[in-house]
Formats: sequence, structure tokens, C-alpha cells
Amino acid sequence: MTGLPAALDASDQLHQLDAGGHVRGPAIRLRDVTAGYDGRAALEDVSLEIARGSLLAVFGPNGGGKTTLLKLIAGVLRPWTGTVETLGVRAGEAARRIAYVPQAELVDWSFPITVWNVAMMGRFARLGPFRQPSRTDRDAVTAALERVGMIDESRTQIGRLSGGQRRRAFLARAIAAEPELYLLDEPVTGVDVPTEEDLMALLTIEAEAGRTVIATTHDLAAMSRHFEQVVAVNRRIVASGHVDLVRDPDILARTYGGHLLVLGERAVLLDDAHHHDSASGSERHFHDQGKT
Amino acid sequence: MPTLDAILDPLAFPFFVRALAASALVGLVCAVVGSYMVLRGLAFMGDALSHSAFPGVVAAYLLKAPFYLGAALAAVATALAIGWVTRRGQLRGDTAIGVLFAGMFAAGVFLFSLIPNYVGDLFGFLFGEILGIGVGDLIALTVLSVVVLGTVAVLWKEFLYSTFDPLGAEAAGLPVVRLDYLFLALIALTIVISLQAVGIILVVAMLVTPAATAQLVSQSFGRLVSIAIAIGVICPVIGLYASYWLNSATGATIVLVETAIFVVALVVSRRPSLARANQPPAA
Repeated sequence: MTGLPAALDASDQLHQLDAGGHVRGPAIRLRDVTAGYDGRAALEDVSLEIARGSLLAVFGPNGGGKTTLLKLIAGVLRPWTGTVETLGVRAGEAARRIAYVPQAELVDWSFPITVWNVAMMGRFARLGPFRQPSRTDRDAVTAALERVGMIDESRTQIGRLSGGQRRRAFLARAIAAEPELYLLDEPVTGVDVPTEEDLMALLTIEAEAGRTVIATTHDLAAMSRHFEQVVAVNRRIVASGHVDLVRDPDILARTYGGHLLVLGERAVLLDDAHHHDSASGSERHFHDQGKT
Repeated sequence: MPTLDAILDPLAFPFFVRALAASALVGLVCAVVGSYMVLRGLAFMGDALSHSAFPGVVAAYLLKAPFYLGAALAAVATALAIGWVTRRGQLRGDTAIGVLFAGMFAAGVFLFSLIPNYVGDLFGFLFGEILGIGVGDLIALTVLSVVVLGTVAVLWKEFLYSTFDPLGAEAAGLPVVRLDYLFLALIALTIVISLQAVGIILVVAMLVTPAATAQLVSQSFGRLVSIAIAIGVICPVIGLYASYWLNSATGATIVLVETAIFVVALVVSRRPSLARANQPPAA
């Protein structure tokens, strides 16, 4: 009847090949996705396409669904409704082609593990059980650590690293995995400027090589310097497109719901009708939850 | 002072040699599994699973079945039940553990109280009876040890990744949930292996103490496991001799030796830096 041709249609779109035999079509496609935790929606009615080779930042308030979006794309969180396609297949089925870097706060920095072994974890999934790391894997780890400038810290326990070095070590893990898609949760939050410049230069090279880079961020100034495309998220997709969107006060107001923002050199005071106390106002943005 | 004779004399007794082999093997398996356990924050789980093996041991006695089978069934079932209750998300993990292990241990005491005559054997399972280990027990213990060590040898990378960064590991395609359940089952089997050596009450020390001691002085995972194994294998040997010379309870003596080494490491390792590592680094 009508259901079957439609399904075939969708899979046709997924498997179009280009001249080089690579799957064309967007790297990411979300259709009407609603998802959350413990019965509470974190994202609602999200539809989004992200082209291959994009260098894209996801921004929005805390609790706005940035990390949820990354988890959906990675396939570690299943949508309640709607569909998520990643690298041409259902999210989660392309896991070996994805590298995910979690937020720094989620990492146990007291874990007895060296920088070298963190980077080697990037090779574990592709090795599978039974196979031990080989020369090829060690070469890939060495190359990744050299690219992020951490080869001299190979034998250092991760808790002894600076904030910037910690992010470098985890980016090395992602690079060592040789992924087609990078998912990075706050990769440059709280790092020094040289580290930010180095890491973003590396990610730009990866995107230019046709790999897709998706990063969440709090830092609008850094975002407007380094990213080409942005998605504004606050429980829904507020806007997506060229990074110049960040300069649109209306979009910022709808994304953050009205707060003081520092953008580039300018301080922009957005209409704040809610009067949060100043200490928590910059960190917590929960006032949208009660609204429809 | 122990002389050479004091070391060689007990080796004339086959039961002592069997006890040495069994306790060193138990120490090895416990050290390997315990290394992952302490990093996963599952020390309390070890205590819970050992107590929950008790009804299995009593039931096996009543049914004249091998005690290894009863203990393994009860411990593995409790491990999976705790995992399942925790994953439903209504209760914290330690709450689920507290309820289920107390319930299982109560079931064991209840069954035990129904046995008409006093049964000394079962006290052995509470406090250990390594000197009474037979050749058949030693074979069963070896087979179970090979199963546990073999599983870790095959999946060490997967266990390490999912312990360190479950989110990153799952995104990379590792079956993190199944690995969690499998690891709980490995803990349960390790406890069964250890029951005859140190008993239900003290098993948790064999699992946790060598790995905890190693953690105090290790910067890398390989070093942590190596040191835990060294401590885990040497302490039972020292403990067995000490209990022979002092005529003390073997299980308790082994655990006291491990605890003494832990205290020494705690005092000697003047590096609280790892404990502080989760605070924001200085620049």
C-alpha cells in the first residue's frame, strides 16, 4: 500500500552513491525527534539536517538540550518519537565511525590511566575483543598525540594535566579513532587561548578533509571566530544556519530567553523580564521549562 | 623468628600445600577482578554479593548438591537483580544493593535455622576453611579461575574503556550495558571461588584491599593491576604461614596481612594529588 513505497523512497535517499562510491546525503538527519530522560522531554519536535564536512557548533542554555542532541546523533539515547539517521544509517549503527568526546566534568580525572592509554582507547572499538593493539594502532596513537602536541606527556597520569592538556588528550583519542564524525561536548570550555586556537585549527582541518565536526559550546565569542555553521537549541531548534546568526539579537533572545550576553567586544543586554539573581543567572536557564 | 625449617616444615603436610595453591590462586583472581571493581566504585557490591551467596550454600547443603553450584546461582542471580533494579532508575544503586543483599542473607540464615542438627561445615563458609580444601575443590576452583581470568583476558580493553568513559565507549559501539552485567557476573563467580578460602564475611577484603592498595601507588592501569596481583598472591602465602605459626584463623590472618600492607601504603604514599585530581586544574 502506501507505507512500503515511502519506506523504499527513504532508503533510496540514504544509499545514493557518488562517483567515488561514497554514500552521499547529509551526515545527520533528524526528523520530528522528541527525546529526554525519565519521562521529561529535553528536546521536542527537532528536525535537522547537517551536511557532511560541516564544522558546526551547537549553542544554547544549560539544560537546553545540547548534550541530548549529541547523544541522539551518537545513538546512545533513543528518541521517543521521530527518527535519527547518522552517516546514512540508523543512529547507533555507525558507532565505529564516530568519536565522542564527553564534557570534562564527566571524566574521572583520578582514574589511574596515562595520556597514551586514553588515546589508545580510540582504537579499542575497531580492534574488538581478542585482538590486541598492533603496530598500526600504536602508530595511529603516536600520530594523534603528535598532532595535539601531547606526545611528551604520553606517560603522564591524566589528573596531572592542565585543563587545556586534558582536552588535547581526549581530542587525541578521537583523532586516533579515525572517525567520519566527531561529536564533541564543550571541547574548548575553560581552556587557554593557545589550546583553543590549536584544537579549533585541528578540527577545521578535519572538516576540510570531509569529516563532520559537531561541537557544543557556551562561548559565543569563540564560536563566532571558529565555526562556519551554528544551531541554536533551547528545547527546540531555535535557528540553524551561518554563524552570523549569533549576531542576531532576536535569535539570541529566543535561545537564551533574555540574559546578559557578551558577544565579541560588545556586551548585549537582552530584555530580561524574569530577574534571575546575578550569581546563578549566567549558569542556569530553567525558566523556559514552565512555558509552552 | 621464622627459620628455614619453620618455612619448610608445613610443606610436609599436603593440606597445607593445597591451601597455599588455592589461596594464591584466589588472591590472583580477586586482584584482577578487584582492580576493575574499585575503579567502578563497586566495593559495596562485592560485600553484598558474598552475603547473598549464603542461601545458595545452605540450599546446596540441604539438597546435597555441590556448594559451588548453589553459591554461584545465588550470587549471580542477585548480581543481575541488583543491576536490573538499579537500571530501572527508581532507586539508587546502593539502596538496591542494601535491600537485596540483606534479604538474601536473611534467606540464608532462615534456611540454616531449619536444619535440625548443628552443622559445623556451614560456619566454614562464613569465616573460611582453606585448610580443609580437598583435591576436588582445588580442581573446581582452578576451572572457575580459568573462566574468570580468560574472560578478563579477552575483554580487558572493553572493560577498561566502559569503566573509564561509559558514554564514549557506548558511542564508539561497545555494548556497555551487556559488559556491565557480565562484569557483575564475574564478581559473583570470583566470590564463589573465594568462599572456601576466606569465607562470606571476609571475601570483600580479598577483592578490594589489594586493588585499593595498588591504587594508592599507581599512575597507570597496567601498574595498578600488576601491583594488585603481587599483593593478592603474596598476602595469602604470608597469612597462611602466620596462621600456622600462631595457630590463628587462616582467613582472618590473610585479610589482616592485606590490611596491614594497605595501611603502610596509605602512610607511605604521600600523594593525595590523585584524590584531588577531579578538582579544576591550576591553569
